[in-house]
Amino acid sequence: MTITEILSYGFIQRALVAGSLIAVLCAVLGVFLVLRRLSLIGDGLAHVTFGSVAIALFLRINPAVVTLAAIPLVLLSSFGILKLTDKARIYGDAAIGIVSSLGIACGVLLASVAGGFNIDLFSYLFGNILAIGTGDLLLALVLFAIVLLAVFFFYYDLVAITFDEELARSSGIHTKTINTVLVLLTALTVVLAMKLVGIMLISALLILPAVTALQVAASFRVTILVAAMLAVGSVVLGIFGSFILNLPTGASIVVVNFAVFMLVFSVNKLRQAR
Amino acid sequence: MSLDLVATTELCFSYNGAEVLDKVSFRVRQGDYLGIVGPNGSGKSTLVKTILGLNRPAHGTVTLFGNPQEQFADWQKIGYLPQRLKFFNPNFPATVEELVRLGLLAGKNFPKRRARGDDAAVEETLAIMGIADIRKRLIGELSGGQQQRALLARAIVGRPELLIMDEPTTALDPETRERFYELLQLLNRERNTTVILVTHDTWSIGKYATRFLYIDKRVVFDGTFDQFCQSEEMTGFFGEHAQHIICHRH
Repeated sequence: MTITEILSYGFIQRALVAGSLIAVLCAVLGVFLVLRRLSLIGDGLAHVTFGSVAIALFLRINPAVVTLAAIPLVLLSSFGILKLTDKARIYGDAAIGIVSSLGIACGVLLASVAGGFNIDLFSYLFGNILAIGTGDLLLALVLFAIVLLAVFFFYYDLVAITFDEELARSSGIHTKTINTVLVLLTALTVVLAMKLVGIMLISALLILPAVTALQVAASFRVTILVAAMLAVGSVVLGIFGSFILNLPTGASIVVVNFAVFMLVFSVNKLRQAR
Repeated sequence: MSLDLVATTELCFSYNGAEVLDKVSFRVRQGDYLGIVGPNGSGKSTLVKTILGLNRPAHGTVTLFGNPQEQFADWQKIGYLPQRLKFFNPNFPATVEELVRLGLLAGKNFPKRRARGDDAAVEETLAIMGIADIRKRLIGELSGGQQQRALLARAIVGRPELLIMDEPTTALDPETRERFYELLQLLNRERNTTVILVTHDTWSIGKYATRFLYIDKRVVFDGTFDQFCQSEEMTGFFGEHAQHIICHRH
């Protein structure tokens, strides 16, 4: 089967467009999260998304709008992580751990009580990008625009708090507001990425392109650009590869991302050794 | 009468029940070059952070440029260089130029974008600090002295009226340290930049600072260098011999 033939399928076209949009968002936010040592927030919010999806399915919400329905609860949970860190004098990783386990626990409990939607929930756990419909694509486009515009407007503040939060505060930057913006944008992206790689693998999309780009960083802007390009490349390769080899798409994307990381890491080490 | 850029009144701060600052009151006037000195753990860094609003005082007030600290919004008037960056990540992928540019953020409104004049300000500052040739280097790749110069460039790029520095010369060799002090003196004299410098280095700072604030949780001494040299209280703290060396070295 030629590439042209593969591209003629509507579901492949939708998967490639939605996947690329999500990949760019994950890569851009991932650079900030990795440098702020908040990499696992994506994992935590993904687990919360699991609980939110379970609630939506339990309430028999139309499966076509489950992603949309999960957004408010995930945003609320991201606030919960920030409040726990700020008010309860809990370190960020512990707060992520608490909210994340609560999300999983809710999901498992509801799945057990309902008994009937385990298969649906499974597709959210491991993603099903090839089942992305036109509605999902529109949602991806809208969220892509929102997140990217927010990053554009808050770019310098985000860089400043990522460099040093205390120094940023002494420049009059409202660090709490910027932190909230970052976590909310991550929450939106995680919900969106759920269909691409699934809840279990989202953090890989946030972390791997960022850490790969950091290996070859020449400046902050270049790091973000390289991360976005690598992420899109990995998603496109992963989708084609999984289609041709009949493999799960989400897992294939993550494996391609990891292979790219290993390649860049090894080349970088060899270059430094010379 | 010159304006008080900083004024604190009976400032108190405690950490985990231990008193760190006890009724600290002092003023900094426009054009001052104030050296804040004192022994380890005397509350020097805490005082600076409290002035900047990074610590919330248990009691007392801080005014900046005549406004209560909580209402102060003209952060472009203040440049700050901390002792060490609390969250600094050596793998942070910013170039020297990108770091210096962050110093212009304080004077911008939302949405913060590059403005006309930013490039010229960055160029001028890089040249003044002697780091124009390393502008494209990542900050994690620089030596301690180069990093400190880049951070000072970030602090002064917005032409602040007040420059607050906390132990800025710790990572510098003696020669670079001297050059650093000379640069501060230049900013103080030629740009009329008010300088507050926290330091252990009482020996060197005597040559440059016009005023001394010696604190040990409370204000022990506040006056000019000459008054410092004549102060019996300071003789008590340093010992006659050490005070003699400090005061007659310059």
